[in-house]
Amino acid sequence: MPSSEKEPLVADHVLEFPGGYTRSVGPVIGRFLTELRDGRLVGVRTASGGVLFPPAEYDADGEAVTDEYVEVGPGGTVTSWSWVPRPRATHPLDRPFAWALIRPDGADTALLHALDVGTFEPGADPPKSLRTGMRVRPRFRAERTGSIRDIECFRPDVTMITVPSRAEYRLNAGRALTRFLDGVSEGRLLGHRCDVCGKVYVPLRGLCPVDGVPTTDEVEVADTGTVTTFAVNNIPDPRAPQVPFVSAYILLDGSDISLLALVAGIDADRVRMGMRVKAAWKPREEWGRTMENIRWFEPTGEPDVPFDAIKDYL
Amino acid sequence: MGNPCAVIGVGQTEYRTKRTDVSIAGLVREAALRALDDAGLTFTDIDAVVIGKAPDLFEGVMMPEAYLADALGARGKPMIRVHTAGSVGGSTALVAASLVQAGVHDRVLVVAWEKQSESNATWALSTHPPLSPTIVVGAGGYFAPHIRAYMRRTGAPDHIGTLVAVKDRQNALKNPYAHLRIPGISREMVESTPMLWEPIRYLETCPSSDGAAAMVLASEDAARRAPNPPAWVHGTAMRSEPIFFAGRDTVNPQAGKDCAADVYRQAGITDPRRELDCAEVYVPFSWYEPMWLENLGFCGEGEGWKLTESGATALDGDIPWNPSGGVLSSNPIGASGLIRFAEAALQVRGLAGEHQVEGARRALGHAYGGGAQFYAMWVVGSDRP
Repeated sequence: MPSSEKEPLVADHVLEFPGGYTRSVGPVIGRFLTELRDGRLVGVRTASGGVLFPPAEYDADGEAVTDEYVEVGPGGTVTSWSWVPRPRATHPLDRPFAWALIRPDGADTALLHALDVGTFEPGADPPKSLRTGMRVRPRFRAERTGSIRDIECFRPDVTMITVPSRAEYRLNAGRALTRFLDGVSEGRLLGHRCDVCGKVYVPLRGLCPVDGVPTTDEVEVADTGTVTTFAVNNIPDPRAPQVPFVSAYILLDGSDISLLALVAGIDADRVRMGMRVKAAWKPREEWGRTMENIRWFEPTGEPDVPFDAIKDYL
Repeated sequence: MGNPCAVIGVGQTEYRTKRTDVSIAGLVREAALRALDDAGLTFTDIDAVVIGKAPDLFEGVMMPEAYLADALGARGKPMIRVHTAGSVGGSTALVAASLVQAGVHDRVLVVAWEKQSESNATWALSTHPPLSPTIVVGAGGYFAPHIRAYMRRTGAPDHIGTLVAVKDRQNALKNPYAHLRIPGISREMVESTPMLWEPIRYLETCPSSDGAAAMVLASEDAARRAPNPPAWVHGTAMRSEPIFFAGRDTVNPQAGKDCAADVYRQAGITDPRRELDCAEVYVPFSWYEPMWLENLGFCGEGEGWKLTESGATALDGDIPWNPSGGVLSSNPIGASGLIRFAEAALQVRGLAGEHQVEGARRALGHAYGGGAQFYAMWVVGSDRP
């Protein structure tokens, strides 16, 4: 086989001047790096009056800069940026970041540096918060030596905080709700009839909200009833078996006020106003003092109730 | 009704999905300064501040009267917080008006705000306390069954809600403060959006907005010295009713009818459709326009949807409703009622800009809240009553 068709002949080679080259930085860059070591950003005044940052000894017009140093920043504005979704080993950050041109306040020119905008998976798209005009500040290293790397990176200004808040309650059901839920724990739905208006309220609540009087006349109502009106919810809810789910006002037979409950066992688009339903109880051994004993209401298959019979309960 | 009271300053922020550029204090300050500027005043001229916001869980601010006193220049002055759920913006204005009408103060600053982006209103409305579980998911989940009942009761065709959704967004295009500004908004666009809580479609609901609104209310003496035309208060009313009771008409609540009757009586109005020039009414779901048209007596029962369908409530109709674009276009909940009241005032002051109803001299501002339980209304006019 001719040699050209064999594996290429390769060898690794490292060129590294032992200890690194030195650089005499001169008075201008020297001042910049010295200030940087102290945690300050300084620019230098140019002959035409602008503030050059980072300082250079000669400006873009070829003029030597003045000996006037001007503290700038530390706050600055992003004037342009480029997103690095997969940082390389030599990059200053090991997670996605942006190279950004950052103009510190008081400077007329910008510095190129790394901008850390948070933690992202490798390959992530840039966040919406990353934009030209964004306000940023340098994060200085604790141990500084007088190097551009004394700035670890820049990071955005604080624009939002989160305020965790949590209140813990112990709810006492009170006499009326306890009595009602005790009934539910035995498979019974209890209401109160008002002595004044004669209306039956289920759940019983020990008062009539219309007449403002206490109620004590207990009545048991059926676990069958009629859907007066309802919503088909296309927004998921942990208490609902599926999406869409139907939340319906159900007028229990014997009650004068509808209660809100799930309707299931029928496609949502087939639920109707006036539809007859019955409570679907969980198995008795799962019952407790809770309305959750009733999983939901299901159609009974009886003919619908005419609208006239429910129109006063809407 | 007491001493005369007038609106001499109105200030609004732009309503946006997120106002992350300002704190809550900065947001209310922005509206307050614009209202003061309109009134030709500074904070030192103000005698008292009344503030309203949505229920505490909506953004986790529990004591706005303490937190925002500095931002609203209230040091050394009375500062009152008002709290009536979604109607709060309206009742906040009415509490402020009562301070002027009672002769207690000459110039009262009223402010309401909401920064919905800092939290989640649906979460706040669906906290699932134990022992008495409910299955309501957010405001839409609560109101959808009652809208369905309205449709069934009146035989209104399905597209009425769509018409309102389009009309209010068309108006919003004329309002630089409006949040939802949808060029080319059309019935097809609304109908192509999904049902969230059937029968309520996505574009038939209000947005979630950040924003604040403010007004300066003044006594007659103070109003006479204001640089811009005042809006005189012709009537104010509030009513409430329990959310659940046997025989409650949830579609057409009695408290709303009573509140309207009261405010019309004070304003000497017997035929609101004819005697009012426009109305800013709290319509967070499009179907509430025809429902409130009936509740507020602009037509007979069962006729609201026909009025909407006829175009009467459009900006060029005989009784424009929500020329500003309404709650359907901007909804910083705690401020939404106050915006209705403020927009009614702008109309009769002739300062509503591109959405000005030509020659408007009397307007209704309306807010409701809770499970359609709390009502606040005022009638304002160009003429001193």
